[in-house]
Amino acid sequence: MADQPSVPQQKPVSLLRFADFAGARILYRLSGFGRASIFVFRTLALLFKPPFQLNLLVRQLRLIGVDSLSVVLVSGIFTGIVLATQGYIQLSDLSAEGQIGRFVCVSLIKELGPMVTGFVLAGRIGASITAELGTMKVTEQIDALSVMGTDPVKYLVVPRFLACAYMLPILTVFSTFSGIAGGYAVAVYLFNMNGVFFMKQVQSYLYISSICISLIKATSFGMAIALVGCYKGFTISVAGGAEGVGKATTGSAVVSLMLILVLDVLLNHLLFTLLQLK
Amino acid sequence: MIQIKNLWKSFEGKQVLKGLDLHIPRGETLVIMGRSGCGKSLLLKLVTGLMQPDAGEILVDGEEISGLKFKELNHMRRKFGLLFQSAALFDSMSVEENVGFMLAQHTKLSRAQIREIVIEKLHLVDLDGTEHLRPAELSGGMRKRVGLARAIAFDPEVILYDEPTTGLDPVTCVEINRLIQSLHEKLEVTSVVVTHDMDSAFTVATRMAMIHSGKIVAFGHPNEMLENDDPILQQFILLGAPEQILNVSNPVLKEFILNLREE
Repeated sequence: MADQPSVPQQKPVSLLRFADFAGARILYRLSGFGRASIFVFRTLALLFKPPFQLNLLVRQLRLIGVDSLSVVLVSGIFTGIVLATQGYIQLSDLSAEGQIGRFVCVSLIKELGPMVTGFVLAGRIGASITAELGTMKVTEQIDALSVMGTDPVKYLVVPRFLACAYMLPILTVFSTFSGIAGGYAVAVYLFNMNGVFFMKQVQSYLYISSICISLIKATSFGMAIALVGCYKGFTISVAGGAEGVGKATTGSAVVSLMLILVLDVLLNHLLFTLLQLK
Repeated sequence: MIQIKNLWKSFEGKQVLKGLDLHIPRGETLVIMGRSGCGKSLLLKLVTGLMQPDAGEILVDGEEISGLKFKELNHMRRKFGLLFQSAALFDSMSVEENVGFMLAQHTKLSRAQIREIVIEKLHLVDLDGTEHLRPAELSGGMRKRVGLARAIAFDPEVILYDEPTTGLDPVTCVEINRLIQSLHEKLEVTSVVVTHDMDSAFTVATRMAMIHSGKIVAFGHPNEMLENDDPILQQFILLGAPEQILNVSNPVLKEFILNLREE
């Protein structure tokens, strides 16, 4: 008799708890998505609102663009070297090793150039933006901006967003051409290919549409990196302190990388399938 | 100057302010005291529009701030100068850039004119010749004073101090208290000081308010506060400022502190 009431009572309680927990998680995620959307729209709206502080933009262009150039060039060269090495081995199985120039050029321009640059910048710049803004949030510097009548989104987010959107395509061009140079070095000096033949292939497959695809992707990746980095920094819990900044920084890099992959798939579908660009 | 009516605010799941009413008269130095986590700093964030109340009204010169649009709120904020607990100086800027930030953002003054004002404000807080330094090169007391110079750079009508003496050594605390008094006299501003440092509170206050359980439980001149029989207030002052209590006529409090000392 004593066991009878306990069994039917426990099931609804645990089910209710689960429903409560799941509901709370869903609501939390949805509200987070809502906050992020408002943040993005607010940033976009402020792009066209004066004052336009060029000095802030120039500083970010230097930090994001010029200071990242060396690491982008190095990563581009190595990507080209690996691509040419693997490409040559695989293509030679099909007796198509003569197509290595085309393979390196098309892969780098359409895919690896923007993607590798995006990855490098997500790790280097996205995380650094989150750490900087997160520290400013924790130390009340963002509140200080607001109290002094300055919109923190306009002052901090807009210049970083514009700098990332401008610099990613430029860095991608450097990354792609350093990758082609790396591929050329492998093809010519390691596999004894004719350099002129390699460059003629590159020239033949360097379509304007391919360059546009590369730049569209790079610009999208740049915007995504800036928005994720800034949003993660702005939404740090003040109570989280240094640990919170660390977690947000890691989270920023991870989310940016995932977003770059998702955007790449979506843009590939849009540009190649729907718009049928080459 | 500032009228707060029936203010409610919950923070991180906890109901902090529960129908708080407060009037901050123009030209006074009002000290708001209370235990840690009672909502003192939260009140400053609500007054400056950094947070929105759940219910209630905050009127600044008769204007309700939660009804203001973003641009109007930013304009209203120029009436305030806030000294943050951590000073909140911009790490990437020099002292001069920090102090002159508002002037550079909201006026068309030339760099030379801004520099002149910055030097004047730094002189007011006894920090002559520090314009070129970075926040990382400053001591805790110097950071607070730079924060104060920044807060007064735009000639605000109200200066808000969030725990101005927290984390400072006793000598620097005295210096900061003197500074609050002298700025109040020289600039003829309304000052609101949030603190639980009783020495500082009784030194600078012309009026005092005590927050407990989300409401103002006592309000008045410092002497009135010492004479107040409210047990919560007595305990708070007693443990924080026994020397002041010995100088007043309230026999109950005097006896209490003497008994406590004997114990």
